[in-house]
Amino acid sequence: MLDSEEDARDALQDAFVAAFRALGDFEATARLSTWLHRIVINASLMKLRRRRRKPEEEIELYLPRFVEDGHQVEPSVAWPEPADAMLEREELRSLVRATIERLPESYRVVLVLRDLEELSTEETAAMLGASPNAVKIRLHRARQALRGLLDPHLRAG
Amino acid sequence: MERAYITCRELIDFIADYVAGELDAAARDDFERHLAVCPSCRAYLDSYRKTMALTRALASDEPAEDVPEELVRRILDGRR
Repeated sequence: MLDSEEDARDALQDAFVAAFRALGDFEATARLSTWLHRIVINASLMKLRRRRRKPEEEIELYLPRFVEDGHQVEPSVAWPEPADAMLEREELRSLVRATIERLPESYRVVLVLRDLEELSTEETAAMLGASPNAVKIRLHRARQALRGLLDPHLRAG
Repeated sequence: MERAYITCRELIDFIADYVAGELDAAARDDFERHLAVCPSCRAYLDSYRKTMALTRALASDEPAEDVPEELVRRILDGRR
């Protein structure tokens, strides 16, 4: 989620410090690893919010386009490789990771929380201070954009 | 009464709900009727699902990190 290793280390340090300070609040029923993991995610998100970098690229650049009658401007072509074979290719995982980094921040964050960390819509919404509907819309656009960026690499022919 | 077919745009707009199993039966029927006759949308659905699977697979890539000394010091400082 964070761009530099230094950012990631800082976030991890912040997270652990916060975690130990908050240890008194820890509920015995929750899994420690889940709780700690959530704190790390929150710390990463706080770091992302503090830094205002370059203006966000328009996600629209990467979304599918349609003509008046509702067809896609460019019809989709199959990705022939089966999912389990794709998952085994290390270079493809690197490509996916690098492509996710290209997504505008507000979309990348939702994609990571929902599809990578597997938080629910409600948990994601609470964490980001957004409505569940906004989360759903951003997630769908993030997935579409990622799919669109991966398409030239994975389509047949 | 015949229902109008949905367009590719409408399908793709609601594809997240379809994949999540959150469409009602009527909408699901619309989807499936469209998919049956539209190779482009079948390809889109398949690649959309694969995109989700590829993202999910990254979760198991998180490397374990040795706890750095400075971090331990900061934690101990924080606890005092």
